[in-house]
Amino acid sequence: MKAIKKISLLLILVCLSTAATAQITEKPGFGKFAITNADIYTVTNGIIENGVVLIDNKKITYVGKNAKITDDYTRIDASGKRVYPGFIDSGTGLGLVEIGAVSVTNDQNEVGNFNPHVMAFTAINPHSTAIPVTRTSGVTTVLSAPGSGTISGKATLINLYGNSPDSMAVVQKAGLVHNWPSSGPRGWWDDRSDKEIEEAYEENIKQIKDYWKNAMAYNRMMDDYEANSSGKDQPDTDITLRAMREVLTGDVPVILSVNKKKDIKKALSWVEEMREKTEARFMLAGVEEGWMVTEAIADADIPCLIGPVLDVPSEDYMGYQTSYQNAGRLHDAGIQVALMTQDAENVRNLPFNAGFAATYGMGVEQALKAITITPAKIFGVDDKIGSIEEGKIANLFIADGDPFEPMNHIEQVFIDGYKIPMTNRHRQLYEQFLDRDATAGK
Amino acid sequence: MKKIALFILTFCFALSGFSQPKGSVLIKDGTVLTITNGTLENGDVLIENGIITNISEDISAPGGVETIDASGQYVMPGIIDPHSHIAGVDINEASNPVTAEVKMGNSIDPNDIAIYRALAGGVSSIHLLHGSANVIGGESETLKLRYGQGQEGLKFKNAPRTIKFALGENPTRVHGQGSGIKPRTRMGVEQVIRKNFDEALDYRRNRKEYLEAKKSYTGSSAPPQPVAKNLRMETLADIIEGDILVHCHSYRSDEILMLMRVFNDYGVEDYTFTHGNEAFKVATELAKNGARASVFSDWWAYKFEVYYSTAFNAAILNANGVVTSINSDSGELIRHLNHEAAKTIRYGNTSKNDALKMITMNPAIQLGIDDRVGSLEEGKHGDVSIWSEHPLSIYTINQMTFVDGIKYFDKDNDASDMRIDIDPTESRDVSAHKTNFGRTENGKECMHDVFYLFSESANSK
Repeated sequence: MKAIKKISLLLILVCLSTAATAQITEKPGFGKFAITNADIYTVTNGIIENGVVLIDNKKITYVGKNAKITDDYTRIDASGKRVYPGFIDSGTGLGLVEIGAVSVTNDQNEVGNFNPHVMAFTAINPHSTAIPVTRTSGVTTVLSAPGSGTISGKATLINLYGNSPDSMAVVQKAGLVHNWPSSGPRGWWDDRSDKEIEEAYEENIKQIKDYWKNAMAYNRMMDDYEANSSGKDQPDTDITLRAMREVLTGDVPVILSVNKKKDIKKALSWVEEMREKTEARFMLAGVEEGWMVTEAIADADIPCLIGPVLDVPSEDYMGYQTSYQNAGRLHDAGIQVALMTQDAENVRNLPFNAGFAATYGMGVEQALKAITITPAKIFGVDDKIGSIEEGKIANLFIADGDPFEPMNHIEQVFIDGYKIPMTNRHRQLYEQFLDRDATAGK
Repeated sequence: MKKIALFILTFCFALSGFSQPKGSVLIKDGTVLTITNGTLENGDVLIENGIITNISEDISAPGGVETIDASGQYVMPGIIDPHSHIAGVDINEASNPVTAEVKMGNSIDPNDIAIYRALAGGVSSIHLLHGSANVIGGESETLKLRYGQGQEGLKFKNAPRTIKFALGENPTRVHGQGSGIKPRTRMGVEQVIRKNFDEALDYRRNRKEYLEAKKSYTGSSAPPQPVAKNLRMETLADIIEGDILVHCHSYRSDEILMLMRVFNDYGVEDYTFTHGNEAFKVATELAKNGARASVFSDWWAYKFEVYYSTAFNAAILNANGVVTSINSDSGELIRHLNHEAAKTIRYGNTSKNDALKMITMNPAIQLGIDDRVGSLEEGKHGDVSIWSEHPLSIYTINQMTFVDGIKYFDKDNDASDMRIDIDPTESRDVSAHKTNFGRTENGKECMHDVFYLFSESANSK
């Protein structure tokens, strides 16, 4: 009897350990999937009730109500559930930052003030613990961006599944992160006088103008040489200015990070000047006091990456809803608005940022667009991602309700057509410790 | 206009000597989430002179009592944040690993705009904690958010004394790495506590003997050797004697177990682990010792000691019978603790009522004020918030927050500038908290006042 008990216990343990291993090492599914009986929130073509989405390898091949589903499709019954396109976060440190306070694990901030040649793409860790934590929340795509200095480097737009930056990148060089200097004190601890602050501000702007002037000169020189090199000495390469050429031609847009009202106005007049002199394309990021200068931003016809929405107002004298309302106010002024968390490990809270924007003026439909089709448009990939449409990449998820609600659950995520295992460190620890001593407590 | 009204109100209270005014109000026809006694559809809540006197249906307002129509809305107890540093002036007396003698009650900024913003998020009480730089920090202060009533007006009268402890990276970095004194390691943290507890026991015995000897001294022999009063030792001895509740900043399961062993040795019984990111790993031991936990809903990976943590923490603890609350430690998160609580449903299928308990009744238990606040019950304080939708929904908007039956937040009377104490000479914008693409700093946190000690500090809670 004792022996039997021992054997059965052993068997249970073996089964359990295989189960645990299976969870951790489970590989994504790939091939043909039919999601049936779902309410499909296409974003671009309304809501299809009780519909079908077919996925064939990487692509969405059918969206509608009358699909013929052949036997080679794996069926996923989503009765009573909703399907959404994968959410896109327009500003994060995901893949670059593992543990915020441990500097050796933080690759977001390179040394130097002008680093247009530095690329987030290079340092994306495809196996960062935060990536599975994020993608299982329905956020399938993020802009991962460097952050230091005046020109921080180039941000990359990645899908959150892959074994290399190459296999994850939607746009390898999605934008040049360019920080506009701040005209105010840097914080409560900044004890410089108003005059010192103003002088430093003007000096910083002068540096930017000089740098762009040099970049334009370098670009002209190289254009001339490339057009006709005969009889000319080959100019020496400048690795940073060379990296500005694709910015000046508009191939890589500028993500201009600016927040204070006064700075936004000043930055916009500089943008106007640069638009006259170059082909450069611009978007604004942060823009926390954008609601105070909506007209100027609308006149400049410039898209805005707004966030985090879950933030305190920028000044003590501002209304408590200011930060929640900013995105909606900008949208109401006719400005293209995408949302971002500016987070790394908690990018999973993007849907709740959108939920707050929705509640405080933007409305659910527009807030949903601000984390799907709008960023896809801003980054020039709306032919690939941002909605549930035939021919697009299969970035989508199934939820048991409104995904903006923190109470609801995300049940299945697809990225690039891959059926993603819905596990991550947080869930594994839950499974391991919920009933810790049930089988072999010690 | 609204500002003037608030000013006059404040002025009147100041004149009449009332710093903790009490009001009467009848909230009618709401969905009443009592937390402890289920939900009452179309329920009325009557508050008289600051106390809930009746919760039922069809109550008629006594003469002169204002009636608020809450039909279609949700009525719940005011939210309690058991870990906050808003309304604090200085947060960390980081000059010694043990500073039990200092008190947050002497470091209150009653005009902090964050108080108003928290009220707008339905919060009625907070636990203003000392920071986490020291193994044993100062005494904390439980506050009611009576915005506009000055320092004394904010204090939660007759709330139990509480004190902040801190384990792990913060004290070892500040003192061991920063100043080269114990503790540099988690081994050292334990011995700092034991050494100080032993000293406190010796002190109390010696002091008591001295006072007794002094009392009975007749002058015929040599006078007793004086034992000077030592405020640090007084506080530590009070902890051991059970007069002060401990809220201990902690993350890893090993350090949580360590403190429970130490407390068992010295007989300290009433304590809460705050943050406790790895508390879920020792939920069984916490439950066995009657220890409690106050955690973030989902913060992790901002420093090494929270790398192996899970957003399912609160759900695991709750399922294992640990009294668990959700806290903010942030001027931002405190604005939507209801949604932080809602995440315990996403992460671990906690029931709606248990989720709400984690921001009302459970923090009240952890602060020893559950006999007065934390649920809607007759005889409890009139601390109430009213919401447009179920408070766990992302689409809900707080309409009003009452403390002691006085309305301190009313969405329909919200002016754009709600500051109380405006410096007329202040002309420049001062809180440029965002400069670069990247993260932001949101007000005062655990390590406020000690950031300058580190190079790697940007996001160290």
